[in-house]
Amino acid sequence: MIELTAPLNEEKVRSLKVGDMVELSGIVYTGRDAVHKWLHEGNTPPMSFKDGVIYHCGPVVLKKGAKWVVTAAGPTTSIREEPYQAGIIERLGVRAVIGKGGMGEKTRQACQKFGCVYLHAIGGAAQVLAEAIKEVEDVFGYEQFGSPEAIWQLRVEKFPAVVTIDAHGNSLHKDMEAASSAKLAELYTQIKK
Amino acid sequence: MNSTQQKKLLEAFIEIIRKTSTELPKDVIESVRKGHGAEDKGSRGDYALGIIQKNIDLAKLKSQPLCQDTGSILFYIHYPKKLEHDAVAKVIRKAVVAATKKGYLRQNSVDSITGKNSGTNVGPGSPTLHLEPWSKDVFEVRLMLKGGGCENVGVQYSLPDGRIGAGRDLAGVKKCILDAVYQAQGKGCGPGILGVTIGGDRATGYLTSKEQFLRKLGDRNPDPVLAKLEDECLVEANQLGIGPMGFGGKTTLLGVKVGVLNRLPASFFVSVSYMCWAFRRQGATVTSKGEIKKWLY
Repeated sequence: MIELTAPLNEEKVRSLKVGDMVELSGIVYTGRDAVHKWLHEGNTPPMSFKDGVIYHCGPVVLKKGAKWVVTAAGPTTSIREEPYQAGIIERLGVRAVIGKGGMGEKTRQACQKFGCVYLHAIGGAAQVLAEAIKEVEDVFGYEQFGSPEAIWQLRVEKFPAVVTIDAHGNSLHKDMEAASSAKLAELYTQIKK
Repeated sequence: MNSTQQKKLLEAFIEIIRKTSTELPKDVIESVRKGHGAEDKGSRGDYALGIIQKNIDLAKLKSQPLCQDTGSILFYIHYPKKLEHDAVAKVIRKAVVAATKKGYLRQNSVDSITGKNSGTNVGPGSPTLHLEPWSKDVFEVRLMLKGGGCENVGVQYSLPDGRIGAGRDLAGVKKCILDAVYQAQGKGCGPGILGVTIGGDRATGYLTSKEQFLRKLGDRNPDPVLAKLEDECLVEANQLGIGPMGFGGKTTLLGVKVGVLNRLPASFFVSVSYMCWAFRRQGATVTSKGEIKKWLY
């Protein structure tokens, strides 16, 4: 298990390899469909994402007294942000993207070029991951984007994930797709009429 | 419906939503456990299923949503015919609003034109109510919460399909099913469960594919041809090696359930719905006075 602390630096990010299991502590920012489209359109968030971590997540957040409390917070499917992610990594200096399901070629190349990694969290594991979220520090765009789509600034401790795209051009998703494609072709030849 | 009855029914529906969102049915828990046992110790698949099992226990213990995407709210209900349809629908919508306030459901209903979230989970198309009156004096309520990640990887084929070389026969159907699993990779939060319809039109095909999820995982399709197809597809899909979360491994699917509808001579659809491992499905019989009598799963 590799311990990571956000904000990250390029050297640490480039030391990670596909398959590494990590535990992340520090600040992460949620951002999903609406935020990625908005960032892609050239908008800049009030908080700096430099060396930061974006988490593809639309949490369940309840207000208890004056405080926000996250009660469920697993990752959402990342591939929907594929058209936007590479540009956001480059422009805002993001060092890690947490999500699920993996990302495509553009993101893989951006990770390699700009020093970023994709951390795969366990989809659906909203309670285990909410346990790792210790505090809601701030929220931006609650009205504009709605609760699940807002940018939530979260402090996490030992958030578990697996590196599935590293900064050396490797992608577990690309490898898995190739391997399962070959197996599919083999199974097809065995299907009898 | 008098006000006492309304109040009791409202409580019963909130409880059904709570239980569905926070506790997986026994057949799914058992299947996840078996899948976990099949993965090599220390592998990424073992790691993923370990966290998944921990999450299942934690959600129940804390009575909080198993997955933050509490999904499309799909009710399948038989209700006593002496009650008015609109009155029943009203109570359910109220229960959905209340369950959202309590945090059992995420604010999950968005206006497709303006992008505005209703904040209550009520709006055009939400919740989805399949309401049928019957002569019994009890409700039979089934509820599924189906998240967007798995819904997005559902796919409908129109045969013949030249891309995958699928013709209008069972061999073609099998190609579609395996292709759907390959296309989904880890994006649908596997290990997944497939609901499939052979035939129907575009709407009834998907509708019936989702109804397959109301079946228990360990059941046997009464049609021997479909039972065989289900078994074979499950074994072969698991040979693809995609594994839990697309991390690689032996458990890509936990089940395949296939239904069949007649089709037009011109059409041959194969509709595939994908359900994630966070397979939230519960059901209960509820008396007309609003007492939950028995859980169905």
